[in-house]
Amino acid sequence: MSSLRDFIDSVKPNFEEGGKFSKLRSTFGAFETFLFVPNTVNKGGVHVRDAVDLKRTISCVILALIPALLFGIYNTGYQHFRMLGQLDTATFGDIVLEGIIAVFPILVVSYVVGLGIEFAVAQMRGHEVNEGFLATGMIIPLIMPADVPLWLVAVATAFAVIFGKEVFGGTGMNIWNPALVARAFLFFAYPTKMSGDQVWYYDYDATQVADGFTGATALAGNTFGFEASFIGLIPGSIGETSALCCLIGAVILLLTGVASWKTMCSVFVGGALMGYIFNATGACDICWCEQLVIGGFAFGAVFMATDPVTSCRTEKGKYIYGFLIGAMAIIIRVLNPGYPEGMMLAILLMNTFAPLIDYCFVQSNINRRKNRVKNNK
Amino acid sequence: MSDVIKLKKGLDIRLAGKAETVFAQVALPELYAIQPTDFHNLVPKMVAAVGDKVQAGSVLFFDKKQPEVKFVSPVSGELVAVNRGERRVILEVVVKADGQNSAVDFGKADINSLSRQQVIDKMLEAGAWPYFKQRPYNVVADPKAEPKAIFVSTFDTAPLAPDYDYVIKGNEEAFQKGLDVLNKIAPVFVGVHNNGSAPAFKNAKGVTVTTFDGPHPAGCVGIQINHINPINAGEKVFTIGVQEVVAVGKLFTTGVHDFSRVAVIAGSEVKNKGYFRTIVGAQLSTAVNGNLVSDNVRVISGNVLTGAETKAEGYLGFYDSQVTVIPEGNQYEMFGWALPGFNKFSAGRTFFSWLMGKKEYKLDTNTHGEKRAFVVSNELDKVFPMDIYPEYLFKAIMAQDIDKMDQLGIYEVVEEDIALCEFVCTSKIPLQKVLRNGLDLMVKEVG
Repeated sequence: MSSLRDFIDSVKPNFEEGGKFSKLRSTFGAFETFLFVPNTVNKGGVHVRDAVDLKRTISCVILALIPALLFGIYNTGYQHFRMLGQLDTATFGDIVLEGIIAVFPILVVSYVVGLGIEFAVAQMRGHEVNEGFLATGMIIPLIMPADVPLWLVAVATAFAVIFGKEVFGGTGMNIWNPALVARAFLFFAYPTKMSGDQVWYYDYDATQVADGFTGATALAGNTFGFEASFIGLIPGSIGETSALCCLIGAVILLLTGVASWKTMCSVFVGGALMGYIFNATGACDICWCEQLVIGGFAFGAVFMATDPVTSCRTEKGKYIYGFLIGAMAIIIRVLNPGYPEGMMLAILLMNTFAPLIDYCFVQSNINRRKNRVKNNK
Repeated sequence: MSDVIKLKKGLDIRLAGKAETVFAQVALPELYAIQPTDFHNLVPKMVAAVGDKVQAGSVLFFDKKQPEVKFVSPVSGELVAVNRGERRVILEVVVKADGQNSAVDFGKADINSLSRQQVIDKMLEAGAWPYFKQRPYNVVADPKAEPKAIFVSTFDTAPLAPDYDYVIKGNEEAFQKGLDVLNKIAPVFVGVHNNGSAPAFKNAKGVTVTTFDGPHPAGCVGIQINHINPINAGEKVFTIGVQEVVAVGKLFTTGVHDFSRVAVIAGSEVKNKGYFRTIVGAQLSTAVNGNLVSDNVRVISGNVLTGAETKAEGYLGFYDSQVTVIPEGNQYEMFGWALPGFNKFSAGRTFFSWLMGKKEYKLDTNTHGEKRAFVVSNELDKVFPMDIYPEYLFKAIMAQDIDKMDQLGIYEVVEEDIALCEFVCTSKIPLQKVLRNGLDLMVKEVG
């Protein structure tokens, strides 16, 4: 450890102002602080600080995403062999290997493109590199269809990082969840690559498809049943098919306190209530409990609605924000067959309205303070 | 007595190195200093010159903006130095004690026969007026102001803070006298702690006593004000500490301004922790030198949240009755953010230390990460028991939006109230500094 530290200290001057590689200062700083928590001490203000920092918080999110990623890898391989009709002969190893071949490049492209832009922007602005993208870069592959072309992932990631985040000032300043911006960008700009029956299968080739195979997804009409949708061995975006893995992620996020239980629970309550209403009135045959496990509902509720930057920041607002996401997602899903995946649109819509909800609560605090003066007189 | 106000929000930082309630042997030092930097927005104008002989109570300097506010020598002796910093700002006015303890006699007075103005004049003359801090803005009180109330918190919940139930012993009568004096100026409110406040506090006469319970910052007077009788726009209130009330009481009963205090020295790096008798502005050398476990330390006058960084050769702050010594955290930690962290103190649960029960932690001065924009929500609210949205207030200050700052209640808070917010902030934003900038801006623009 100390020899590594010595090495870093010996090359550090090259990266500082006036050094040979000063253009890579932010990049160097990012790697240095990744290896070592810096030796900076508190000056003025508090003398001790909480051990937590943004790196720690984001690591918890990444940890929570791991089950969904691993399952996504397996499921991608599984769906591939199911499409080929070779499930009986494929071993566990074959399935995982195929899954890795499909998912790993998407993950790499997402991280390389996103972090590349982040590093460049940080250097341009003379900032440190922000950790926020480490989570976004993991979420982007998980909400992509398995057969998405890599260049599209690159374009979408670049769009999301630049127009979804950096133009607003970087992590902490953005209005919309960057991962969903990437997804929405592809959804509207390249609809043929993002929907239909084939995109969910890695390396789809109509000539090789097994007899009797249909690739329909659940949202058009429930075809899998609650249990299959909960476990998640069904076609869908890479990481969002398994409600079970989302549940594991939710447990990690809530135990560590990184995500707000208020937002998360409200999404499920909103979704369940709206699902129940539609089911009871006969507008939709899908049972309310099933609505919560199919499509990207669980994934969105756990990992994306709870993004603290783009969600409501007042505690009471979180209930309204979450509830409306859940309700809106089901409304879009049921009433508008053109956009079967309502979760993405619901979250983006509520991201837009979150500041308005907050405004109402903050304003009521302001009014309360004003009334206090009046009542005193 | 009224009901207990139970505060749920807050955090008790379980810092190692608490002092037992025993008196440690600490000799009185030779040097004492009044530091104008202890008072926000003070522009000192020297009266005494280097080489002058002074008594305890002799004027050293006054406030240029309100010349009637005088700052006096805490001991008798000789003015030996006026230490200046950048742009010749006066940092320390140092008096070398002669050991004779001669003091200016301001004359005994029967409190009941004095008018409000006579009380104020006497306090001004004796240099006791700066004990009053004024809200909004946390500045030395304006003698012409008509505060709606005076607030005294009789317990300190900050990490390793002195126990005033212990400190007050022997001075109960002077404390009550002090309250009687304050009552002449404005109605007095006293905040006491639910578990075992000393009778002098609980049964204080002529004042409104309110009982509080809960974690830090329940002891911060600003939090108490917010729950007892919140400050509204345009109102002013004064606050004053327990030992300062005692000094005021003694000033009126004996005629002498008594600067002696009881302070506590604590922290993980201190060998002999305990209480000691000292004098306002005392050099810390006799308490600190030879009393440390290690070398790489930070000496703080005050507590770890709001105190001022100083050295063994530094001086006890004007309002401080605590000296804390903790390890300096100027070392790197490999993958510190990724380790399980069984021994890392955190208000959240991202480190496994939350499974370890209520053990005490030796915290150092490392920032544990770099500064970022606000990302995590609701962490500041959790440690801020006031009806204010702290994050929105800080954002308004950063944007220098004076109207918003005012509407969001900046006039209710001072640095110590939000120190815990700064402690827990994941993004490592220097919130006390941010708030100070906001308060200074308000002073400048609104007055």
